[in-house]
Amino acid sequence: MSKQAQHWEKTRGLLMVTLAIWFVFSIGIFLFGAEMNEVTGPFGYPLTYWFTCQGSLGIFVILIFWFANRQEKIDEEFGFSERGDD
Amino acid sequence: MIKGNFIDNLPKVYGIYTGGFLAFIIIMAIAEQMGMSAKAIGICFVAFTVAIYAIIGYLSRTAQADAYYVAGRQVPTVFNGMATAADWMSGASFVAMAGGIYFKGYGYMALLVGWTGGYVLVASLLAPYLRKFGCYTVPDFIGTRYGGNLARLLAVIVLTVASFTYVTAQINATGTIASVALDIPFQYAVYVGLVSILLCSMLGGMRGVTWTQVAQYIVLIIAYLLPVFWISNKIGAGFFPHFMLADEVSRIAELEAQFGFVKNSAENLKEVPKGLAGITKAHSAVNATPWAFISLALAMMMGTASLPHVMMRYFTTPSVKAARKSVGWSLFFIFLLYSSAPMLATLSKLALIDPSLPTGIIGKSVSEVQAIDWYQNWNQANLMFISDFNGNGTVELNEFFMGGKAVVLATPEIAGLPYVISGLVAAGGMAAAMSTADGLILAIANALSHDLYYKIIDPKAETAKRLVVARVLLVVIGFAGATIAAMEIQGILGSVIWAFDFAMSGLFFPLVLGVWWKRANREGAIAGMALGLISGAGYLIWVRNGGSGFLGITQLTFGIFGSAVSLVSMVVVSLITAEPNAATQKMVDEVRVPSGKSILGKQH
Repeated sequence: MSKQAQHWEKTRGLLMVTLAIWFVFSIGIFLFGAEMNEVTGPFGYPLTYWFTCQGSLGIFVILIFWFANRQEKIDEEFGFSERGDD
Repeated sequence: MIKGNFIDNLPKVYGIYTGGFLAFIIIMAIAEQMGMSAKAIGICFVAFTVAIYAIIGYLSRTAQADAYYVAGRQVPTVFNGMATAADWMSGASFVAMAGGIYFKGYGYMALLVGWTGGYVLVASLLAPYLRKFGCYTVPDFIGTRYGGNLARLLAVIVLTVASFTYVTAQINATGTIASVALDIPFQYAVYVGLVSILLCSMLGGMRGVTWTQVAQYIVLIIAYLLPVFWISNKIGAGFFPHFMLADEVSRIAELEAQFGFVKNSAENLKEVPKGLAGITKAHSAVNATPWAFISLALAMMMGTASLPHVMMRYFTTPSVKAARKSVGWSLFFIFLLYSSAPMLATLSKLALIDPSLPTGIIGKSVSEVQAIDWYQNWNQANLMFISDFNGNGTVELNEFFMGGKAVVLATPEIAGLPYVISGLVAAGGMAAAMSTADGLILAIANALSHDLYYKIIDPKAETAKRLVVARVLLVVIGFAGATIAAMEIQGILGSVIWAFDFAMSGLFFPLVLGVWWKRANREGAIAGMALGLISGAGYLIWVRNGGSGFLGITQLTFGIFGSAVSLVSMVVVSLITAEPNAATQKMVDEVRVPSGKSILGKQH
């Protein structure tokens, strides 16, 4: 397999993991919204309420930075990363 | 100041700017103590901030195509994040979001999840690849990837339909704020708003819009967070509301159980002025079905990834790597405001309904509430109303009505904050609406000038002529938007949500599959865009005219139907027609590699 094909395979793998986490916190947990709201979540808020106010939103922020770092590692591994600037 | 090593000096320049703005707030607070009138404070806030944006817009003027279209591709990640956040957070986010949460609770909060979760799709599926492509506009990508003028033209049409729906709402919002703050009739205020918007974008294009949006973000985030923290401290709810309002949330649930949600008769509701609503839904309980919540969130997420005015912000970063990081910063800056909106809704509701707080009005006598200053002000502004339906002389939960905007606009006054905060909030709302309007008008004008005029009609046009056309279009589109806004057809939020649905119906799959599916070809993309947009729009018209809809898809989520049609038709048509030629396939391979030259040249 060419270097480029390997790079793309890893990139696709990372995409799948990222989208899976995204799916859980944007869609998956809200299938059980009513049940989860009975539980007390962080800072004492009802759990589902907390996810809609802060939880899911914050997880998305962290997820994007995590994704960007992982993708950079993949690019570096195959020598496809750009020089310099940030 | 803007030339030379301006980029290196950014933190300093905006640091001084932020300090200056804070000093201005303090000066206004002192002036208020010395007896400056509320009206004069409002005018100062709006006029001062708009003047600053206009100066930035003038300093950013340019005669170069790549500066005009993509800000010279040198905007650092963090600053691009701020600009995107301002671009993203509209008048609706600023003025109406806390109100929506206040009235509709959980069902509405699907928008919070949708309008943030979409950025994960932007970062992972699209932004870095479109940056690598090196396009000036979103249709530029579609036109080059799939080839041919028809695909490009369809992308321009989808972009225009979605963005234009959105921009009228923003111009409307600038008009509303300008008319209140400057005390002029709405029909004229709309054009005052429009001129302010054009001052930012006309001379500098994307470069001017970028640097004004950063300035606007700073104003709007201060204007949102300062009152939230102040109110929280003032009513003793905790010094850091985000982590400390659990007791308040459960206290609201307790009061809701105590008062009960009494349903008003249709006859009684006729008395209530149009646009005002009572509290009829539980604050923190799950009050929507899973599908109602998820379908709305999903539509907003896919719409986010398809809206061109957001996507084109990532064309301005120096590199592919920077584009990815910049999406993270964008969402961080958006998170600061979005996570505060539910807190403001909680504080506002508790302050109004808790009888044990001095500001609470439920349980007080009707005549007593009618004598309160702030009640009279906001009643006059048509944003508050009480009526003694059951004739017992006291205000009940079901007898108190408020406009959605009042949560942001009136809560500072209710909690007893000085007027200077209300002036600040007006400036923040103006900044939010202006920055989004600028991004949208520029997206439309750039698509028309670059893709329609330059790429399709007159490919030989010189740079100077192209930029004149771009600027003329900017003004024309702005005036068209303002004219429609002056007619006041849709509420602010309704048309905002439609824009997401239109964008996802026509553009989501042609964009995503353009990068992720090499087999996608021109015929497929044309079918996907055309059928997606037509079926989405058709569904909207059907439901608006009394159609029952299916699968629980409403007029707010019609994009789910549109994009499903778009996906199926794009895949089917691509597979039954010939695969893309070798050059196109090679181009897709190159897009997938971050390093190396962009597909389209620096000047194209």
